[in-house]
Amino acid sequence: MKYLFLLKANIKRKKIRTFLTLGSYFAAFLLFGLLAAIQSAFHQGVDVAGANRLVVANKTSLIMPLPLSYKEKIAQISGGKNVTFASWFGGYYQDPKNFFAQMAVDSETYFDVYKEFKVDKNQFLNFLKDRQGCVIGKKTAEKYGFKIGDRIPIIASIWGGVWEFNLRAIYTGTKPEDDLTQFLFHASYLEERRAWGKGMVGWYIVETKSPDLTYSVSKEIDRKFSNSSYETKTDTEKAFALGFVKQIGNIELIILSIGAIVFVTLLLVTSNTMEISVRERSGEIAVLKTIGFSDKLLYFLTISESLFYSLSGGLLGMLTAKLFTLKGDPTGGFLPAFYVSSNQFALGMFLIIFFGFLSGALPAYRVYKLKIVDALGRI
Amino acid sequence: MVNVNGKNGARSLIQARNLDKIYTRGEEEIHCLSGLNLDVEKGEFIAFMGPSGSGKTTLLNLLGGLDKPTRGSIVANDIEITSLSENMLAQWRAENVGFVFQMYNLLPVLTAYQNVEIPLLLTSLSKKEREEHIMAALELTNIVDRKDHYPSQLSGGQQQRVSIARAIVSNPLFLLCDEPTGDLDRKSGDEVMTLLKNLSEQLNITVLMVTHDPKAAEAADTILHLEKGVLIEGKTVK
Ligand SMILES: Nc1ncnc2c1ncn2[C@@H]1O[C@H](COP(=O)(O)OP(=O)(O)OP(=O)(O)O)[C@@H](O)[C@H]1O
Ligand SMILES: [Mg+2]
Repeated sequence: MKYLFLLKANIKRKKIRTFLTLGSYFAAFLLFGLLAAIQSAFHQGVDVAGANRLVVANKTSLIMPLPLSYKEKIAQISGGKNVTFASWFGGYYQDPKNFFAQMAVDSETYFDVYKEFKVDKNQFLNFLKDRQGCVIGKKTAEKYGFKIGDRIPIIASIWGGVWEFNLRAIYTGTKPEDDLTQFLFHASYLEERRAWGKGMVGWYIVETKSPDLTYSVSKEIDRKFSNSSYETKTDTEKAFALGFVKQIGNIELIILSIGAIVFVTLLLVTSNTMEISVRERSGEIAVLKTIGFSDKLLYFLTISESLFYSLSGGLLGMLTAKLFTLKGDPTGGFLPAFYVSSNQFALGMFLIIFFGFLSGALPAYRVYKLKIVDALGRI
Repeated sequence: MVNVNGKNGARSLIQARNLDKIYTRGEEEIHCLSGLNLDVEKGEFIAFMGPSGSGKTTLLNLLGGLDKPTRGSIVANDIEITSLSENMLAQWRAENVGFVFQMYNLLPVLTAYQNVEIPLLLTSLSKKEREEHIMAALELTNIVDRKDHYPSQLSGGQQQRVSIARAIVSNPLFLLCDEPTGDLDRKSGDEVMTLLKNLSEQLNITVLMVTHDPKAAEAADTILHLEKGVLIEGKTVK
């Protein structure tokens, strides 16, 4: 690229301006990366939702339980493959602000339905054998330094008392968005120890044979229990998760809109800077045209300059965001899936290039259209 | 021979015929050039003189393919440049014309060397070949020792010599100089004129120069006066 020194000279022309332009792109795309991570976190449930998983909850309210006896009845429905259930435990470890979800699950079947969770086979067998055993996601285990064999006391806000568990297995995920914060233990242990609510579970999760069957199977389940004292409401896991997202949606909307406004403002600033910088140079551009530089070549050089700013500033911003999110959830539990996905990174790259072009396009067009005789008169 | 009567010219390097240039400013029409003729042979050194606003810069702009005449034709080295597209004109300028301006018009962010390199970027020369051409041009204009200096670090005369190096580096058909000494003191101006004269005499470079300064004009072979839109012959030195 023999024109490189021209580009370099223009970039070095006003160091402070270059620095500020790069800084704006940096800030804009750092912000973009962090917003992307926040969005990931909010939509975690939706993104991980299995396409062929149904959640069966009490029709009246999610917090109302369903009878344990439904398991057999749901299993009989054709089109279903695996059925499992879970109940909210609602405790905490040492301090109420240390929160991670604890659930009493049907230990034999839970991991058949949540295939994305991987557990070592031996560890899993040890878990099945231990009445007080528990399985914890890798993130939570790492966060609190839990090791296999540890005895973990959980203070039970709902059921009262301190419940002790033995850590028998640690599960990992298959995708970055998988929730690795859960604390799972035997539903049978909960059933045995609790004083009330016996014979009930929180909700069922049904895996259908294929995603096409989710609609018919969900209708069939709800029909089967209609007119019983525990009517059900069955939804795909995705719809279920979206229900949650809607509840926190306003916060997300506020964060994202503020972010978007700042993002666009920063880019307007860079575009304007580019415009000013080209205007200042119109005499030089006229000289280059006089010498024989074509309109097209100068257009291309202007766009290249703009792309240089967006690429170097923007990429640095995105990488910094990525680096920041690699450390995981900065809030200590609120945003368990705080990460920049490869799709979001690709979108970021696209925006970097897009805005590089966009903020260069108008100045470059001005350069393209510049008439030598007009501009030379202005020197 | 230089000719301004529209005859002769079969052998001319540049041949301008019946040039009209009318500027319109709102309702008003300014007849800047009207029926101007000019024939220039290779190696000539011509000075154009005339009062301010007589159209000297306009004429150079037309001859250099920076602007188009309202009517008339310009043939340079057998190419009718008035009918070239903007794009082809740019290429034609790159290959055929060297420009020297009153205010030097060097790019302030580039060194002398880099400024001289600019026209060569439009050629297919390799880096090594470009370097040879640049050094040769800087030697001819006697400014090699300042090649790594930026324009702001050079005097006006030095800057003008760099700009002349830039104008000749790609071996153009002719040089167009618009008041090359207009912004210089007597001494630097004389040096620049001596340089242009040497280039014309020793390398047989064709030079068309606009000047207000009668002393500068003396360096030329021919002085032409621009009056009422046409050229009138003045004294001929040769
Ligand atoms: N782009 C333009 N639009 C309108 N009028 C113009 C334009 N360029 C030049 N003119 C007019 O044409 C006339 C000739 O201008 P030109 O610049 O060619 O004169 P000049 O001989 O070079 O003058 P000077 O000695 O002051 O440089 C002037 O009256 C000028 O106002
Ligand atoms: Mg002029």
